[in-house]
Amino acid sequence: MEVKNLKKYYPIKKGIISKTVGYVKAVDDVSFSIYPGETVGLVGESGCGKSTTGRSLVRLEDPTSGQVIFEGKDLASISKKEMRELRTDLQIIFQDPYSSLNPRKRIGDLLAEPLLAHKLASKAEAAEKVNHILETVGLSKHYKNRYPHEFSGGQRQRIGIARALMLHPKLIICDEPVSALDVSIQAQVLNLLKDLQKEFNLTYIFIAHGLGAVKYISDRITVMYLGKIMEMAKTKEIFEHPMHPYTEILLNAYPVPNPHMRDREQIVVEGDVPSPAHPPKGCVFHTRCPFAKDICREKVPELNGTDHLIACHFPLSQ
Amino acid sequence: MGELLKVDKIKTEFKTDKGMVTSVDEVSFDLKEGETICLVGESGCGKSVTSLSIMHLLDKNGSVTHGSILLNGKELVNMSEAEMRKVRGNEISMIFQEPMTSLNPVLTIGDQLTEGIRLHMGYSKKEARDYAVEMLKKVGIPRAEGIVDDYPHRLSGGMRQRVMIAMALSCKPKLLIADEPTTALDVTIQAQILKLMKGLRSESKTAIILITHDLGVVAEMADKVAVMYAGQVVEETDVFTLFDNPKHPYTLGLMKSIPHITNPDDMRLESIPGSVPSVYNMPKGCRFYDRCPFAMKRCLEEKPELRPIEDKKSHSIRCFLYEKEEREFEEKKQDEKEVLS
Ligand SMILES: Nc1ncnc2c1ncn2[C@@H]1O[C@H](COP(=O)(O)OP(=O)(O)OP(=O)(O)O)[C@@H](O)[C@H]1O
Ligand SMILES: Nc1ncnc2c1ncn2[C@@H]1O[C@H](COP(=O)(O)OP(=O)(O)OP(=O)(O)O)[C@@H](O)[C@H]1O
Ligand SMILES: [Mg+2]
Ligand SMILES: [Mg+2]
Repeated sequence: MEVKNLKKYYPIKKGIISKTVGYVKAVDDVSFSIYPGETVGLVGESGCGKSTTGRSLVRLEDPTSGQVIFEGKDLASISKKEMRELRTDLQIIFQDPYSSLNPRKRIGDLLAEPLLAHKLASKAEAAEKVNHILETVGLSKHYKNRYPHEFSGGQRQRIGIARALMLHPKLIICDEPVSALDVSIQAQVLNLLKDLQKEFNLTYIFIAHGLGAVKYISDRITVMYLGKIMEMAKTKEIFEHPMHPYTEILLNAYPVPNPHMRDREQIVVEGDVPSPAHPPKGCVFHTRCPFAKDICREKVPELNGTDHLIACHFPLSQ
Repeated sequence: MGELLKVDKIKTEFKTDKGMVTSVDEVSFDLKEGETICLVGESGCGKSVTSLSIMHLLDKNGSVTHGSILLNGKELVNMSEAEMRKVRGNEISMIFQEPMTSLNPVLTIGDQLTEGIRLHMGYSKKEARDYAVEMLKKVGIPRAEGIVDDYPHRLSGGMRQRVMIAMALSCKPKLLIADEPTTALDVTIQAQILKLMKGLRSESKTAIILITHDLGVVAEMADKVAVMYAGQVVEETDVFTLFDNPKHPYTLGLMKSIPHITNPDDMRLESIPGSVPSVYNMPKGCRFYDRCPFAMKRCLEEKPELRPIEDKKSHSIRCFLYEKEEREFEEKKQDEKEVLS
């Protein structure tokens, strides 16, 4: 999949006639590619546009402009009908496993639904498939007659994963799939995602706040800030040689579960993330960047590089 | 340093339409002036209920039915509401789990801050306002003079949380209870707030009960840690021992299941299978029994007690695996007593 200059602006409306008075630039000119079988982690602070990017990739949002090329087709411009056919290849797992499952339907019906809707299987075949998928995600097939509220958070997230797998997708957007779960349960779900990827050669976009989980699962990592990509590189590169000051600060702000390291030097940035309705001019990070110079306040840095992409006028030296 | 708080085997129960449920059972810990204890454990294990029990802020259907909570030697469990109101604010403050819902949307930040200050510190209106501005500056709020007259909805989540902290600290409490104060915040804001709490702690010797499920935050902040599981403390010790030499099988599992950026690349996470027992159906024996890799037959039937195995670092564990250590420790104590007498 190749994403080119993707933008998603939400209009800000005011008054009785709903005049558009401005735009929330949720995703602002984002480009990157994803290779089959890999996991790309998407990190950044709340509101930086991770979910909007993820949703635009599978056309749950209509992008304002830009292209999303998947197997030669531009998902941003194809018809609804064509998209419906591609839907089987592109799935999404949501953060809140509860609100994304219809509480009035039994698990078995919830899981069989997409297969039947796409007329990909008979009722009997679908039932067979449900048993198999439940087993794949580590749940007993007897659970299929139960309702979502009868499950724990971790189990519900497994059901969400099972549902995404029913159609044998090629690419799954995982939007904070473990954030709502307890640590001991997070590990179960992360391991499950890893195992399934190997088994079915899945491609993942993995969105998360927690850097630990992202590092554990991702081959490459994209760091976003205010709707833009700041840095993208192999996971090891990002952690060992971050080049963008924001990446460095983000890595550094993360508390280390080792009390012997509590007195380490720490750069703490001041201030809050600016509003995406009024992003700063020039480099969007300049208002909080300890290294900002005049040019950063004026000129938007381009995302440059081949393997290690970075958008900064003054990248940190290695 | 004197002992400030002693929580001794408290039990908190709720009346529900499915009968009485016990949310907190035999929870004990103590805290000295200036010391920070972290309460950790999975969702629903009773962390918030423990702190609300101390504060007398449980929902109407809940109460502390056993045990004792001593603050500076005063018993809080059966204290009258009028007396308790004085303790809250004067001696104990709390930062709640949901900062958004605990600020009043129709009052300005200043009104909310000065109310407590005037009540507990006896300041005039003007003095209280000046002090409120000073507190807001202290917690790193820019334009504090302007913000005092703003309403909460105009502030970002990080700012609101800082307002809550300013409010909690303005009456210089001896004890601060902070329930997941940074969980809803971004990491860069979290780093700001943790730094702030550390500063205030060393400045005013405030003791802190910090509730969190983030072991990174625990490692940054705690002097000691109580690990809770299904309403009980299963292990309690100083923070270094907890990370270097955890003993309870649940703590061990928890430590191995944190994905962390300093983990080696090829390390596979270990997960604890299964999930927490329901409050409506608590096991008779050890509550971790069905998820424990070392479970023995007796763990199903008998209830383990929280017992010390060492006193220099005061390390206590609720597990039969350490019975030998517990017994040896007790014998040693007994011997020491005899030698002394
Ligand atoms: N439907 C919408 N209408 C208007 N604005 C929106 C809409 N959806 C998202 N936004 C805005 O777009 C920006 C990006 O939101 P998005 O949900 O993509 O962030 P995110 O990085 O996923 O954040 P989080 O980590 O909190 O989930 C935010 O400022 C958000 O308020
Ligand atoms: N008013 C109430 N009535 C009945 N049960 C309650 C009430 N308040 C809390 N409980 C129960 O008490 C138990 C402990 O809840 P508590 O809020 O202390 O958990 P917690 O450890 O703070 O979890 P979290 O990490 O999710 O905040 C839960 O099982 C909860 O359902
Ligand atoms: Mg999101
Ligand atoms: Mg709680």
